[in-house]
Amino acid sequence: MRAPALGVLWVCLMSSAVPALAQTESELDALRAELAQMRADYELRIAQLEKRLDEAEKQAAGDQTVSLQSENQVSTQADLWQPDPYAGQMADTGNRSSNPAIGVIFQGQVWSYGDDPDDYGIPGFPLGGEAGPLPEGLALGETEINISANVDDKFTAWLTVPIGIEDGEAVVEIEEAWIETMTLPAGLSLRMGRFYSNIGYLNDKHSHSWDFTDQPLAYQAFLGDQYLDDGLQMRWLAPTDLYLELGAQVTRGDKYPAGGAAHSGFGSYALHLRTGGDIGFSNSWQAGLSYLQADADERESGNEDDPLVFTGESDLWMAEFVWKWAPNGNNKQRNFIFQAEYLWRNETGSYTLPGSGVLPYDNDQQGWYLQAVYQPFPRWRIGFRYDHLSSDYPGQAFDGTALMPGSSDPRRYSVMADWSNSEFSRLRLQYTLDQAGFDDDNQWGLQYIFSIGAHGAHSF
Amino acid sequence: MKNRITLILMLLAPLIAQADLKIFVCEPEWEALAKELGGDRIEVSSATNALQDPHYIQARPSLIAKVGRADLIVCSGAQLEIGWLPMLLRKGNNPAVMPGSPGFLTASDYVKKLDVSLDNDRSRGDVHPQGNPHIQTNPHNVLLVAGAMAERMAELDKANRDFYQLNLADFSQRWTAAIANWEERTSVLRGKRVIAHHKSWIYLEAWLGLIEVATLEPVSGIPPTASHLGSLLERFGDKGADYIIRAPFQSDTPSAWLSERTGIPAVLLPLTVGGSDEATNLFTWFDDIINRLLSAGDL
Repeated sequence: MRAPALGVLWVCLMSSAVPALAQTESELDALRAELAQMRADYELRIAQLEKRLDEAEKQAAGDQTVSLQSENQVSTQADLWQPDPYAGQMADTGNRSSNPAIGVIFQGQVWSYGDDPDDYGIPGFPLGGEAGPLPEGLALGETEINISANVDDKFTAWLTVPIGIEDGEAVVEIEEAWIETMTLPAGLSLRMGRFYSNIGYLNDKHSHSWDFTDQPLAYQAFLGDQYLDDGLQMRWLAPTDLYLELGAQVTRGDKYPAGGAAHSGFGSYALHLRTGGDIGFSNSWQAGLSYLQADADERESGNEDDPLVFTGESDLWMAEFVWKWAPNGNNKQRNFIFQAEYLWRNETGSYTLPGSGVLPYDNDQQGWYLQAVYQPFPRWRIGFRYDHLSSDYPGQAFDGTALMPGSSDPRRYSVMADWSNSEFSRLRLQYTLDQAGFDDDNQWGLQYIFSIGAHGAHSF
Repeated sequence: MKNRITLILMLLAPLIAQADLKIFVCEPEWEALAKELGGDRIEVSSATNALQDPHYIQARPSLIAKVGRADLIVCSGAQLEIGWLPMLLRKGNNPAVMPGSPGFLTASDYVKKLDVSLDNDRSRGDVHPQGNPHIQTNPHNVLLVAGAMAERMAELDKANRDFYQLNLADFSQRWTAAIANWEERTSVLRGKRVIAHHKSWIYLEAWLGLIEVATLEPVSGIPPTASHLGSLLERFGDKGADYIIRAPFQSDTPSAWLSERTGIPAVLLPLTVGGSDEATNLFTWFDDIINRLLSAGDL
């Protein structure tokens, strides 16, 4: 008992040493300060008066010499104004030009395939959720409406409503709708509602901030593009110089890779640990580990009209690493991003296959990608991505089914080039050699992303 | 087991326990000002350095950790940091520095902002409807922010209240004297015409009586284009301006191009402390701005 108590005492002493020294002089200092304060006030006022005089002179001089330029002449009275110390201190920290802040993101693309995308399927990896190829030809992408504001002094709220096109019809969804605390003590915060899980690097990034038009294969196969669900998420930021964040969430378990809201609607939980830092001014990095356990109760995947049905547990581990470089950290001019993630999944349970009975299933699968994006000068970027999947042998019983992997591992090679006139606009050209869902398929696409309204966040 | 806990606590202590007032600022000029006012009784770090465009950095991990541990945040505001500060505050989980609390100070709230516009149409670029945020280039503004910052530091760290106020008085005296000197030296600059890379200098221009006749950016936030530079060459080819100025983090190609063809001197000015070898503190920073203008100009 004694040893830890001493340790705590030592910590307390460390933290109180400096103020103790300061107090011995405080009486004398108080007198000095009072004098000093009077002097400072006085000086400030004199300075302002002097300025006013000077400005008047300047104004007079300026009027004579530069009358032709008068429309360019900005006000020269910056310092005549008397500050109101607490005025408007809430201003400018968020998108406060309107309350709530509203932003709309427009996306659209034209995509071309060698083979028919309706026949797309990755052997061994029946896709669920939103995963799958983009529509062929000209198409409107997701139109995303973001609305956010602080609720009061303790809560902030966020809503993302995408309007998608499904079978030619506009479909309005609630993609994110969450409330988050702002004033919990001890480095904690709690988010509730519907949100993208904080697992992995890419999972909580909205599609308009991706560096490629589509998600890597591993995200498509294991997370249905992106895992989002309804529930609670707790984050804790460690009080250390090194960034260290721990997060835990429990969610309903209604979305792929979960399904059917198992355990009376507490179907999945996830954990993440993330760290990162800077190396000099030019380099920064982030690394993380995440775990998702999703219980699936009659989860559907594969062909929508004739799905495979899985009941069991899906365990997913994810490791992420991101490294960003910009000379002196000035990323507007030139920058480079390297990013890689590794995903490992085990699914244990049973599959009901179309036209056959219930088969026990216990299999490991892996996926990874790495990508590099380089901005050689303002507005232009080029990028390369390689993504890859592999699966263990699920057993003879699955011969000839969608769960049997092909003879070679699914993989893709993608290159892209994009141009951004401003922070709010981007046009992208992408080429993908797909050896996953097809046999050496050449895919080409052009995409646009535009945003209006609320200023987007520059997340790492 | 007990020994091990003690050892862990002792190892963690330097990470967790710090007596100083921890100040996180968004721009280097406020870091320099905090050092003037707080001396060695504060610990201050800046999110950006003088070679970075403060509008475009990202909410990177190291900054989240610093926001999480800060006692006071000082930023220019007026939407300069809108792309990353709200994100840092959200991820920093630190109620002490949330907007509206004593631990959050917006420098531009304490000065008169220029170019406040009700028209925030983005066809005119990434304009800031709350006014131009680059307030630091008028030294009178720096003095106003100093008063606000010292008051806030004293409020948060009462034990050192007198220390901060003494430092403020001392700084105000030296700064006021320096301003008088700068204004005397720069009377020859009044009415000089300036082409700026970006609208970063309007407070400096207002202070010194310079006139901004154009910007190299076609609209705010959009990098200079060949066609826009061509039109500037047409307009100012006959020495229709006295300076082409840019900040260190802006590409030197456009200003060099125009300078070569028009004979108007291209001048690099430090936009903040650290923006040149000479600009080592607030005083030498303004000294350097003025020296560079005086030595480059045809006066």
